[in-house]
Amino acid sequence: MKKVGVISCSGESEPEGTIARNAVRLVMEKYRPGATVSLCLPLYLAGDEGERDFARRFPVIAVDGCGKACAKWATEKYSGKVQDCVDIGELLKEWGVSERLSRSHPGRLENEVTERVAREIIKKMDEITG
Amino acid sequence: MEKDMVYVIPCSGIGKASASVGREAAYTVVEDERPGVSDTLCLSLLTLGDEEAQDKVRRHRVITIDGCARDCAKKNVEAAGGTPGSSHRVHDYLKKHKDLKPEGVLDIGEGGRRLAHLIAEDVSSEIDDMVKGR
Repeated sequence: MKKVGVISCSGESEPEGTIARNAVRLVMEKYRPGATVSLCLPLYLAGDEGERDFARRFPVIAVDGCGKACAKWATEKYSGKVQDCVDIGELLKEWGVSERLSRSHPGRLENEVTERVAREIIKKMDEITG
Repeated sequence: MEKDMVYVIPCSGIGKASASVGREAAYTVVEDERPGVSDTLCLSLLTLGDEEAQDKVRRHRVITIDGCARDCAKKNVEAAGGTPGSSHRVHDYLKKHKDLKPEGVLDIGEGGRRLAHLIAEDVSSEIDDMVKGR
């Protein structure tokens, strides 16, 4: 089975960061278990060569909460090119979600958005794995 | 060092439930227990060298909460030029409270939430000391 690396932004201060992390976990646990590998983003700096080798070992999809695109840039700065990206801020605009979201207490809306983001990640994974 | 605001920075761990406990503890502090005198920031911004994030950890007190022994939050704050006034590991609390094992990464369960609350209590107390300048 071809494995795909999915790296989430850490985004602790933003609701979109929580959505990013939870969507990646949904993909790992529920939708593509066994086919998804991930890494804590700041491990690129705190970790060793094993972590920095990540993007050379797996095609990587970066899942970012905002336009700062930390997951994409950290991966490319410390590890290698990403194969594809998900920008949750842009997706929320596209989907017309303008309500204030919670970073700490995800409710119905946050969970719905998280599921939709997970499906976007899966789409991109399937494009990579064929 | 400015004493008006303390940054509580959890690790970004995505693979272990203990990291989710750390984030829950941080949110409990900055949103419920000590709003106004504490805040958090995205750890990855520090990893990337974002100037605003670096400025915050250099000028203000910082408390880190790490989910595993890799200590990403602590190490990244230090790499950004900050010095954590205090650093916590969720596993140290788990050793003392073996009955409060978190269930999973997405849902830490009741035990995980109680564990997070214990960490939040300690962090809140440290913030009180820092703000008072003790």
